[in-house]
Amino acid sequence: MTARIAIISFPGSNCEYDVAEALGALGAECTIVFHDATELGGVDGVVIPGGFAHGDYLRCGAIARFSPIMSAVTDFANAGGAVLGICNGFQVLTEAGLLPGALQRNAGLRFLCEPAVLEVASSNSNLTAKCARGDRVVLPINHGEGNYYCDAATLAELEENDQVVLRYLHNPNGSVSNIAGVSNRRGNVVGLMPHPERAAAALATSTDGRVLLDSFLSWALTNAASPTMIGA
Amino acid sequence: MDHDALSPTEISREITRDPRHIPLGLLDEEYGSIMEVLGRIPTDLELAMYSVMWSEHCSYKSSRVHLGRLPTTAPHVLVGPGENAGVIDAGEGIAVALRIESHNHPSFIEPYQGAATGVGGILRDIFTMGARPIALMDPLFLGPLDDAHCRYLLDGIVRGVGGYGNSVGVPTVGGQITFDPCYRGNPLVNVFCLGLLPVERLVLGQASGIGNLCVLLGSRTGRDGIGGVSVLASAGFNEESDGAKRPSVQVGDPYEEKRLIEACLELLDASLVVGIQDLGGAGLACATSETAARGGLGMEVNVLAIPRREPGMTPVEVMTSESQERMLAIIEPSSLDEVLRVCARWEVEATVIARVTEVDESGVGHLVITEGEDGPVLCDVPAKSLADEAPLYRRPLAEPANYRSGLIDTTVETLRSTSYSEDLVAMLLDPSWIYSQYDHELFVNTILGPGEADATLLRLAGPGVAANGRSLALSSDANPAWCAIDPRLGTALTVAESALNVASVGATPKALVNCLNFGNPTHPEVMWQLSESIDGMAEACRALDLPVVGGNVSLYNESQGRDIDPTPTVAVVGLTGTLRRRPPARAWQEGDALVVLGTWSRTLAGSRWAREIHGVRSGALPSIDLELHARLCALVATLVAEECSDAVAPELVHGLHSIADGGIGIALAEMAIAANIGCVVDGVNDHHELFSESVSRIVVATPRAEELLARATAAGVPGIVIGEATGGRLLVEGVIDVDVDRLHEAFTGRISSALGETVAH
Repeated sequence: MTARIAIISFPGSNCEYDVAEALGALGAECTIVFHDATELGGVDGVVIPGGFAHGDYLRCGAIARFSPIMSAVTDFANAGGAVLGICNGFQVLTEAGLLPGALQRNAGLRFLCEPAVLEVASSNSNLTAKCARGDRVVLPINHGEGNYYCDAATLAELEENDQVVLRYLHNPNGSVSNIAGVSNRRGNVVGLMPHPERAAAALATSTDGRVLLDSFLSWALTNAASPTMIGA
Repeated sequence: MDHDALSPTEISREITRDPRHIPLGLLDEEYGSIMEVLGRIPTDLELAMYSVMWSEHCSYKSSRVHLGRLPTTAPHVLVGPGENAGVIDAGEGIAVALRIESHNHPSFIEPYQGAATGVGGILRDIFTMGARPIALMDPLFLGPLDDAHCRYLLDGIVRGVGGYGNSVGVPTVGGQITFDPCYRGNPLVNVFCLGLLPVERLVLGQASGIGNLCVLLGSRTGRDGIGGVSVLASAGFNEESDGAKRPSVQVGDPYEEKRLIEACLELLDASLVVGIQDLGGAGLACATSETAARGGLGMEVNVLAIPRREPGMTPVEVMTSESQERMLAIIEPSSLDEVLRVCARWEVEATVIARVTEVDESGVGHLVITEGEDGPVLCDVPAKSLADEAPLYRRPLAEPANYRSGLIDTTVETLRSTSYSEDLVAMLLDPSWIYSQYDHELFVNTILGPGEADATLLRLAGPGVAANGRSLALSSDANPAWCAIDPRLGTALTVAESALNVASVGATPKALVNCLNFGNPTHPEVMWQLSESIDGMAEACRALDLPVVGGNVSLYNESQGRDIDPTPTVAVVGLTGTLRRRPPARAWQEGDALVVLGTWSRTLAGSRWAREIHGVRSGALPSIDLELHARLCALVATLVAEECSDAVAPELVHGLHSIADGGIGIALAEMAIAANIGCVVDGVNDHHELFSESVSRIVVATPRAEELLARATAAGVPGIVIGEATGGRLLVEGVIDVDVDRLHEAFTGRISSALGETVAH
């Protein structure tokens, strides 16, 4: 079966084509949905790609959460649908309240584009269902505000509920507990700062992103959002 | 208006009576020419428009007589110099648009915004042609890192390039960094951009179709950047006036530009525009007069229709403002509703500000500016006189007094050091501190990124252009130290180096763009340098079959009366066949033989070693045999292409690195660092051979040296084995002995430790 994926594009998004190419190569059928739409259409999963939605003015993701499409994304997530936020998409999901925590400026106060070695911290998420805890993957990071923060109580809750999905082996940005990606409690909403779609093309330095994206597609197909709950 | 011609006496009387032209940067004789063209005294608006359009920056009035000597044609060149960007045919219906520009003066006054708007400006030149920008490169030239102000400039410029490029969604995939005291008071920020387009979408910036509408897209017009091209970019620096020039620097908004790119590409895809032009230097004065002049028609502009950022702006301010993120689209009236709809979707403001008009009875297209629909006429001049008829200067040339004595000075060959190992360590510099602050991977095109090889290798693909297995190679290069000694040979060597860099990733060099950064053109020595440099470029380009498809000239790069070293920057673009795997990079494997293909050289003239370690800048540069160099480029491109395109990789080449600044010494050190494997070299006899900078050669790491040398011989290229990759030390017998770990540490830490930053990990 082919997974149908909606990739959300805000003015200022820029990784939508890259995500579509990487998912397409894994067999998905992708539609780029502009932010002014109010419906996702019949899809199995949603990706919010990287970029600078609405210029990231005010604060990363702060304006994007008010774009019309975000109500539909929230309904889809609440109904158990597979939602993945990559980089700016992660920032949007935290601003929208679909994921805990926030992303601050990198500890070194510089934008960083470089490869990062990551360790899978949980296989209980749409992104890592096909991985084992402790697996290592190399994915590029590309952000100025990827320093994940949450308070101690939230961190304890994340750990307890197995919601830390990926950790940096060498923390590049000051993230709490080396966190590179987290999920919600059900594991159907995941956000991560590194870019799996940049580690998937035929001649890329690393192709470790494929297993993660493939995992997302399989998860989306087998854990379809409950239609009765959408819009409920 | 009064059209009775003025007599020469009346003209000269007017020049002295009311010297309004002086603060605008116009010379007396230029003011006189304007009155001759018009046959009357110009209005304030007309005079202001001539002053920006006839500035050095816009008119190339000092350089144009020399630029004609460059070769510009080849069967694959679709658009050559003179348009917003050069365009070449990449085959299979894909065209590549490319251009390089400088944003030197603004970056010294305000480094972040100066660099950021340099990126914004070059992007607009590319998407004006109908191309989607997919890559940027930023050759930077700054004063030394031990100078606090230079560190401040470096930090601001890098943040500006990254801040704009990352956010606008175009990756910065390469560049180069040069530190030299001559840039202390006048840094250079050159920005290169490349875009892709389906051949049929190619558009030119011209106004055609009488009655067509001119729609201004994007930002509102503000008071920023007024006189940027004339006051700022066409004069040198001195301390008293520098601060006062800050308002002439524009402020960038990458988010506005991102939406503008998407809106314009959508308009072009839907065939809704007949011509389009970016607003850069000289703002609306330039965009309106150039489009009208290119179309051979006139244009009538209603200055009150132009949306403004603030109240109280005068027509002069509105027409010459360099506010960023604006485009002028020429459309048929019937398309207006659809154009406005597309722009609204991208939240881009779109306003009809002018219409295309017919020529007068003598065939002249007029640029007419009125204040209101039927309001008073503030300007009525032949459009061509603004755009194309600036004075041409054949400025005096003079060979510098110390040129010949410098060439025969042999001091450089007598230099010695107590430890060449320490010299090598001190010369290492990893630019990753710069490029790690730039998104260099967007569009997943980057096969070999910055720092991995001699050139960047990108898939020939982008949004709207599906990957077809082929790729693009890019390299930007400059070596001002060579050009300071001998601008003609130095420029030829620079072109040769760039072509070999492109060949070293398996590509055939296809086109070159240049950015000619020089000093004050009223100094005859500077004009001589420019003229010599152009001749050297022309010779090398002819020999290497490289058409020059575009360029930019930046003059008046001087501070406190001292001109910068002549700095011709070139960017070469090449194309590969279908790739099955990644090409060999700048590294080697344990046990590889190290072969140098190409010429051998001993002279230290122009070398980084002589300059940085001993402060000596004289002697005769290594010569170059351009025919041999062409054979070397072809051989290297073929060897690498076989590695990545043949069904089975021959594995004859494990890694390679062209030899340029820093000589064989730096090339070996960088390969050792990348591989984390040392080498034992017995074929480099002394520090002359180690640090000499002949560019017609490359280090190749191979498991089968004899086979490689046989291939070289068959191609008419000399080659020798110099040693073997092995162990953990870089050992050049009798010259260098240093641990690879030590090299690695010195290499990576240099910029960050100069800036007082700890290396994060």
